[in-house]
Amino acid sequence: MLIYALRKAGLLLLSLTLSSLVIFALIEVIPGDPAQFMLGIGAEEDSLAALRQELGLDQPAPQRYLAWIGGMLLGDFGLSYTYRIPVLDVVMERLAVSLPLAGLAMAMVLVAAPVIAIIAAWRHGSTADHVVGGMTQIGIAVPNFWLAILLIHLFALGLGWFPAGGFSGWHNGSGAGLRALFLPALALAIPQIAILARIMREELIRAADQDYFRTARAKGLGPLEALLRHALRNALLPVLTIAGMQFSFLLAGAIIVENVFALPGLGRLVFQAIAQRDLIMVESVVMLLVFAVVVVSFLVELAYGLADPRVRTGVRPPRVRKGP
Amino acid sequence: MITRILSPLCLVLTAVLLVSPLMAADRNSMTIGLQLEPPHLDPTSAAAGAIDQVLYANVFEGLTRFARDGSIIPGLAKSWVISPDGAVYTFTLNENVRFHDGSVMDASDVKFSLDRARAEGSTNAQKALFAGITSVEATDSQTVRITLDEANGQFLFNMAWGDAVIVAEESIGAIRTKPVGTGPFIMERWQKGDRIILSRNPDYWGEPARLDQVTFRFIADPNAAYAAIMAGDIDAFPGYPAPETLPGFESDPRFRVIAGSTEGETILAINNQAGPLADQRVRAAIAHAIDRSALIDGAMFGYGVPIGTHFAPHHPDYLDLTQLSAYAPDKAKNLLAEAGYANGFETTLKLPPPSYARRGGEIIQAQLAQVGITARIETLEWAQWLEQVFRGKDYGLTIVSHTEPYDIGIYARPDYYFQYDSPAFRDLIKTLSATNDPARRRDLVQSAQRMIAEDNVNAFLFQLPQINVINAGVMGMWENAPTQATDMTAVYWQD
Repeated sequence: MLIYALRKAGLLLLSLTLSSLVIFALIEVIPGDPAQFMLGIGAEEDSLAALRQELGLDQPAPQRYLAWIGGMLLGDFGLSYTYRIPVLDVVMERLAVSLPLAGLAMAMVLVAAPVIAIIAAWRHGSTADHVVGGMTQIGIAVPNFWLAILLIHLFALGLGWFPAGGFSGWHNGSGAGLRALFLPALALAIPQIAILARIMREELIRAADQDYFRTARAKGLGPLEALLRHALRNALLPVLTIAGMQFSFLLAGAIIVENVFALPGLGRLVFQAIAQRDLIMVESVVMLLVFAVVVVSFLVELAYGLADPRVRTGVRPPRVRKGP
Repeated sequence: MITRILSPLCLVLTAVLLVSPLMAADRNSMTIGLQLEPPHLDPTSAAAGAIDQVLYANVFEGLTRFARDGSIIPGLAKSWVISPDGAVYTFTLNENVRFHDGSVMDASDVKFSLDRARAEGSTNAQKALFAGITSVEATDSQTVRITLDEANGQFLFNMAWGDAVIVAEESIGAIRTKPVGTGPFIMERWQKGDRIILSRNPDYWGEPARLDQVTFRFIADPNAAYAAIMAGDIDAFPGYPAPETLPGFESDPRFRVIAGSTEGETILAINNQAGPLADQRVRAAIAHAIDRSALIDGAMFGYGVPIGTHFAPHHPDYLDLTQLSAYAPDKAKNLLAEAGYANGFETTLKLPPPSYARRGGEIIQAQLAQVGITARIETLEWAQWLEQVFRGKDYGLTIVSHTEPYDIGIYARPDYYFQYDSPAFRDLIKTLSATNDPARRRDLVQSAQRMIAEDNVNAFLFQLPQINVINAGVMGMWENAPTQATDMTAVYWQD
């Protein structure tokens, strides 16, 4: 297990280093001078030069890369070009919106997807199953920005239950905060619920086809009880992987939803920073997101290895599968 | 099992709904929507108009200021004397002016602010405003004497800009996050990415503000802006970004839609040194090929006043020259043939992000195609536009709105991105800036307007409108935008 973990950790470091190089190189080739963007079309040449020097843009690229990496290792992510305060402070402020948003959406996914999957698997082949199949198909196909606009029109403009966007901060109480995050979380969650429910339904139906399930049924368990007590546990393994991927997606993929709801989260920060050529901000936030994604998948793989010895030894016994 | 999972969810939902507060109409505070958030809060070191939209006249003030009709009125200076040769300005400051931190604003602060802005290596985005200043002296605590290298008829106007506001040396270090000014509102809190809250300055030296609190909320997405106003989250949205949804507000008695004017001359800028475009006849052909009313209807949903030169139509010195470049496609074809391009030619049309440029670009592309000119559209971000078009001059045509007030002087800069090189025009502008007499200035600036129109430097399209969607109870907002500002001083709720 230790060797397995070390090998995975080595891969983790390698992928982080490679990503940092790719991110830096990509940002380097984006056209547009941050100083000119900030001072606009009326700026004099000496003002531009002074600002470039202030931002450290007059240094050669390799030097800036090393300074950036070195700083990050020490926990210093640099100074935002536009805001002129430490990148980490801005990111922390934004995480206070993005993490709860992703968490709330994830909670919705983890509650709704299993319920839907169990109903569909339990009534496999019935009308309910077909309805779930159709609904999840729609859920996957509908773009979440459209869903977001729809939710705003229905729940904010029509019914007036929720604000139409914006986030006034947690200092007004967690109730107001959760209320502001509810619709965006729902817009983020629905497509993910659809994905996870479909996968879980497949897994449950496959498990219900196995010998142990039939034994459980033969012992006299009802179909729903057998599903919950025997099939569910086995179907959870692939779900773990998907859910891990989904969490990083929810954290990183909220750019559009945050824009539609005017939420000051990480996604909107990246969006603004790219447009304003706040290069150091883009680099650092993207690097943090890469870090989060890589670490989450690392943890999922570790958990997987713990749960299933075949994974950590790399030995897979031939799969025994009975015919239908 | 299922109910065990569902019941906590129901609980959360109920809790969330229960805490929803009833919307109480608060008559002492107001929420204003703006599309762009300021990057930081120092108006003296950035071009971002969003900074002035929050802070100008509310938090920071200059020696002079723009009034709502665009005229220049006294600000922190209550009066001034101009020397007979026009080169020395002596300002007398208002008494009892204090910064928000309690310190006194006097002549030394004026000297500090102006010297800081014009210093070598200062990052002021409009350093040209201070270019002629040779010295700033605080002769006593309430008097400032500013000496210029030559007469400058525009100096009082220059001092009204947001880039020329008076700041204090003591608080300059933290200005980007904690701006300390002299205005009727104090910066209270900045929830980055979402809102800035200003509160009334109880010790304001002039007429105090009528509202206790003003919240500026930043909503970039047009759909989100629409929803926020409709839901009553926002009381006024100056510069509303989604004209296509205006009929909904116009027919709703809860709102007023006011189309005001801005200082934004929207032009089809032409690279005067690029191939066929260097020929005045070709540029004239382009101007005659454009149907402005179709453009305004199609790209601006009917809002916007046509212009025939680079000057704001609401300015008293404006000359209506739209007839010089009236829509005449046949004339355009003749002009092209005369210039040797009977079969047309191909050029680029580079478009920055605003919708007037993107939507307008497609219409202009189609109109140019009617006379045989092929314009290849390239869409750019602002940073790319600045690099390729503005600095690199690598373009044929582009659409952009020049939002600086009274900026016809840019045509006197041969290295400016449209590369118009006219010694006669440069002389005219030189004389204009050395002239103080209003009647004489009017003649000169009208000749300047005519000269660039007759030379067809650019194709002049329309004055960018400022569309304001306002709650029917909100009174006293600026309807026009003579500078990028949301002056909240006189705004109040009607009872």
